[in-house]
Amino acid sequence: MRHSRVPWQLLVLGAAAAWLIAWFSIGPLATWLTYDVLPLQQGSQLGDAVAFFLYDVPKVLLLLTGIVWLISFLRSFVSPDRVRRTLAHRGALPGALAAAGFGVITPFCSCSAVPLFIGFLEAGVPLGVTFAFLVASPMVNEVALVLLWGLFGPAVALIYMASGLLVAVGAGLLIGRLGMERYVEDYVWQVRGAASGTALEFRPTIEQRAGDAWRSTLDIVRRVWPFVVIGIAIGAIIHGFVPTDAVVAVGGSGNPLAVPALVILGVPLYGNAAGTIPIIEALLAKGLPLGSALAFMMAITALSIPEFVILRRVMKPRLLASFIAIVALGIVAVGYGFNLLASGGS
Amino acid sequence: MHVIEVLGSGCSNCQRLEQNAREAAVMAGVEADVRHVTDPAEIVGRGVMSTPGLIIDGSLRSYGRVPSAGDIAVWLSEA
Repeated sequence: MRHSRVPWQLLVLGAAAAWLIAWFSIGPLATWLTYDVLPLQQGSQLGDAVAFFLYDVPKVLLLLTGIVWLISFLRSFVSPDRVRRTLAHRGALPGALAAAGFGVITPFCSCSAVPLFIGFLEAGVPLGVTFAFLVASPMVNEVALVLLWGLFGPAVALIYMASGLLVAVGAGLLIGRLGMERYVEDYVWQVRGAASGTALEFRPTIEQRAGDAWRSTLDIVRRVWPFVVIGIAIGAIIHGFVPTDAVVAVGGSGNPLAVPALVILGVPLYGNAAGTIPIIEALLAKGLPLGSALAFMMAITALSIPEFVILRRVMKPRLLASFIAIVALGIVAVGYGFNLLASGGS
Repeated sequence: MHVIEVLGSGCSNCQRLEQNAREAAVMAGVEADVRHVTDPAEIVGRGVMSTPGLIIDGSLRSYGRVPSAGDIAVWLSEA
């Protein structure tokens, strides 16, 4: 290792300081670049769009780097084995609530979905509870939550988390009630696992956890940054040039098809939360109602065709179809619900 | 001759782990047979729920994270 001479505590502190300095200087820097270096007028459409772009790109990338590192680091202390032991043999409602809560703090990469599903069932976690976890984990993920908090403030982030949990718990309860155990692929019930984790002969040190987190952060940021830049560019164009009336007319509560249309549109955007949130930020500022925005976000994070294909290995078609339908309907219900609340409140 | 098993469905993390394992064998100067276990039932059966998992000569060394080549090299020289 190149930095093996520098203590890791110093590296983390230095990185945190650099992060904070960058965070507080990007705003003034973007304004200065837009209106002093470039010959743009304050308040002009092009000026607005350029300032939005120059401020948002570094802001989103900074947030992404800082928070993904922090979450990856903290996550290394939560083992899926502890989660499933806590969830085993629980009643439907407390189990589903706990599972959804765990889903928020232990996101898994979609390639872990199948081993997790088998491992949970094998340990005696009820099917509905397992589903609550399976829905909450990708939907309320750290990238989405952090970007919502950073770009819209805590209220929107918390509303997003609460409605995500609601959909996850609802889906879990419903699937549990439907008694669909026989639509799980038969071999899943035959698996007898070694007690997971007990065989582990090595506990990573804090330094290794910090290093691991940094490597996976780099991996994630390297993968998503082009989408972030494209998303912010589209957001900037919307910000500067799309009239508010048009957004309200197409995406507003006056158009009953807006929510389901946004949900369908969200499916192919899976995994692009980082690129889509800046677009949603611009649309919200132009009057897109909160419910439509939430439904769109949830569809992007929770409805993923690649993940469904993977889950087909452990679920018979009927269970998979019920799962997709229940989650999709839950998301649409959240969209309509918040749009109604917003229009009824004003 | 060591047997290194990478447990995972073939996602980017598993591929990074496999690559680190190969580098580690070179670093430690040992011969190693690197295998990839992709069957989900077997992955769970071996005690791994969050992928990728790493098994060296039959003992589970890590799961849910991608250890660096240096870490793996240390395990290889211990084994």
